[in-house]
Amino acid sequence: MKFKRTLLAAVVGATMTGAALLPATASAETTLRMAYDADPVSLDIHEQLSGGILQLSHMTHDPLVRWTQDLEFEPRLATAWEQVDDTTMRMTLREGVEFHTGNAFTAEDVVWTVERLKRSPDFKAIFAPIESVTAVDAATVEFKTAEPYPLLLNLATYIFPMDSEFYSGTDEDGDPKDEIVKNGNSFASANLSGTGPYTVVEHRKGTRMEFERNPNYWDSESPGNVDTIVLTPISENATRVAALLSGDVDFIAPVPPNDLERVRESEDAKLVTMSGTRIIFFHMDQNRVEAFQDPRVRQAFDYAVNQDAIADRLMKGFATPAAQFSPEGYAGHIESLERRYDLEKAQALMEEAGYADGFEITMMAPNNRYVNDAKIAQAVATMLARINVDVDLKTLPKAQYWGEYDDRAADMMMIGWHADTEDSANFHEYLTACPDADSGAGQYNAGNYCNPELDKLVAEANLEVDLEKRAEMLQQVEQTLHDEAAFVPLHWQDLAWAAAPNVNIEPVLNVMNFPYLGDLVIDEQE
Amino acid sequence: MIAFLIKRLFHALLVMFVISIIAFSIQDNLGDPIQQMVGQSVPESEREALREELGLNDPFLVQYLRFAKNAVQLDFGYSYIFNEPTTEVVLRHLPATLELVAATTLLIVLLSVPIGVYSAIKPRALLSRFFMGVSIVGISIPVFLTAIVLIQLFAIGVTWTPFPADTGWGSWLNDLITTEGGMPAYGRGDPVHVFGTWYTNFASTDGLVYLVLPAISLASIMLPLFIRLIRAEMLEVLQSEYVKFARAKGISLRRIYFLHALKNTMLPVITVGGVQIGTLVAYTILTETVFQWPGMGLMFLNAINRSDIPLIVTYLMIVGLIFVITNTLVDLIYGLVNPTVKLTGKPA
Repeated sequence: MKFKRTLLAAVVGATMTGAALLPATASAETTLRMAYDADPVSLDIHEQLSGGILQLSHMTHDPLVRWTQDLEFEPRLATAWEQVDDTTMRMTLREGVEFHTGNAFTAEDVVWTVERLKRSPDFKAIFAPIESVTAVDAATVEFKTAEPYPLLLNLATYIFPMDSEFYSGTDEDGDPKDEIVKNGNSFASANLSGTGPYTVVEHRKGTRMEFERNPNYWDSESPGNVDTIVLTPISENATRVAALLSGDVDFIAPVPPNDLERVRESEDAKLVTMSGTRIIFFHMDQNRVEAFQDPRVRQAFDYAVNQDAIADRLMKGFATPAAQFSPEGYAGHIESLERRYDLEKAQALMEEAGYADGFEITMMAPNNRYVNDAKIAQAVATMLARINVDVDLKTLPKAQYWGEYDDRAADMMMIGWHADTEDSANFHEYLTACPDADSGAGQYNAGNYCNPELDKLVAEANLEVDLEKRAEMLQQVEQTLHDEAAFVPLHWQDLAWAAAPNVNIEPVLNVMNFPYLGDLVIDEQE
Repeated sequence: MIAFLIKRLFHALLVMFVISIIAFSIQDNLGDPIQQMVGQSVPESEREALREELGLNDPFLVQYLRFAKNAVQLDFGYSYIFNEPTTEVVLRHLPATLELVAATTLLIVLLSVPIGVYSAIKPRALLSRFFMGVSIVGISIPVFLTAIVLIQLFAIGVTWTPFPADTGWGSWLNDLITTEGGMPAYGRGDPVHVFGTWYTNFASTDGLVYLVLPAISLASIMLPLFIRLIRAEMLEVLQSEYVKFARAKGISLRRIYFLHALKNTMLPVITVGGVQIGTLVAYTILTETVFQWPGMGLMFLNAINRSDIPLIVTYLMIVGLIFVITNTLVDLIYGLVNPTVKLTGKPA
């Protein structure tokens, strides 16, 4: 019966495709049609600190400096920088740059942008170290921090100067044009002027977004040859892949792990994967389970979990198994740190700690936040059964999960973390620092692990301007966290993009997942 | 008639009131909208301030009364994800869904009536059995699977060569079962603006092409149901005394089938159809998700994923309203088809 149906469908379909008029694609312009899983929530790049907003920022604005593929700094709107003293940095700005409106880009715009960042609820935390910014002259800005701060350049990758003149004054409703509104209509959420390679022509939320190349783009050396970009959000994984394979779009991200093989083998598409920087791991709550206060029990849990098996079989190689927070390229990364998996040792440690018969715990994980999150949690629960730990697992959609997470509602909870500052200290500050509601330290520390010495060490590292010394300190933190088994690391989730064969995406991709589409080259098709 | 409509208006208001209460009372289980609005490193104090600003800390009754007071003035609040009044968001997505439902309904009517009548007139014919068999398969395959299969066949295309390609008949058969692809797999292309928020796909061939796959997959669940319903009703009517009498009288078969019998067959079909159109709107959630059709269903799923409570409540209330309206229309049409039925319920 199924065959008949397919046959019938094929006959019907063949007649229909014959009659169908395909959308006209022939034009002298080069157009990139791309599909992400979501479109940016707003045109105000300070409204939310999220991947989507930063991807937009890199299209419509330019940062002062940006990361290269090797995690080095590349000058953009800042051409040079020097440390004047321990707490002062001076940056020279690029001259002759214009905003989309035609206004000239000056140091005043940088000052204005940083001051606005310091007001943004999402960005103000990471910009807190900057005490003041001043324009020395039209092409020089000076950053002052209260204390020596080694990560100023990391922060500069988040400074996308906005057109201060364009955003000054009030809109029709009498509201200031520069206000940042989370839930409501602000001028900045619907209007945009930056220095970037693209201007926004149209934004139909949730449906379609169109960009056009900025004709006066300052970077004349950029190889980018794309005139128009049409971004369509396609949240359904299978449809996004189908759209690429059928030639409806030229570039998609992310590629779902289940379809990796299909895309890799297709002649109509090419796949690019990279080891990512988002660590997926489990917290073990010491406040809820007394046994977790014993480092031997935590180590036993770590010994019982087979990270390589999860990465190979469950993630189909789409993950890099981890033994620490920091991925390769980060200051705190320790090359020699090995994954623990050793079942006998795990059992021995449990016996030593007096839990040979195991105990019962509860576990929670999201089921639509990370790649294969629910399956990973099931795998870990099964692995823990081998050291006689009985796991009561509950998986939830992300919208509900984070509420439970904030309540610390289970003994083991899964979380994935990407360091906004691309720096190792960030992991400890949010995930393993002694929880303190007032300072916000350890905000996501659902393990309630607390080691004041590590907190002190990270605080010192954050004042250490000698980057080599600082790296040593951060590595010491990673080592201690590993030795004490503060958490159960699993893997760094890989990133995947796919594009039509004539779209040269490889050079513009990076582990932060901010494709530099301004530099994208599309080969002409005959 | 007027009394009937007024009564129905009260029905609609009651339905919307009940839905709003239900939707409001489940909002605590829908997750924390703040989590969706801010980045991961935003401190708890900022979140608390935002929660306070949005009035999420107030007790249930206070929140509901505030909502109800505004709703009476047709203000259903602001969507968290779209940053616009929810009514505007829903109205913008409504035409896409209605067009999809309209195309599907058209497809169902045009196919189910002839096929249903045919298989009732000739129940033993090979073609009738084939239709019945296919409809069983159609009813048992979930919408999203149909949709994905359609995309694979007609958007991506499949090459299948089970027959020897070097022989003439073999390559002919291979070509027959190999599909080219090329149909659009997502979205609605570049619809033509009509007025207000209404962009239509019906105005150009280009737009119609985008409708084909979503409409077929949406129809796949209802079409078999209607074929079977029409066939069963028709079979019953054909057994009735008046059809036998008409035959005996020598009236042409075509006149009996399509004028006398079909008219009586359609009565229950219209009742079921009216209810099913409402259900169709609900099924669009699946179809629209797979085809990324920018209608209300897709919008609703996004709203749920991101705990956009005001949008969820507005959507549910509007869908409730659509149900009441279609049911009212069905009752009116029913009265036209069968004049012995009085709307007010009093015996004729």
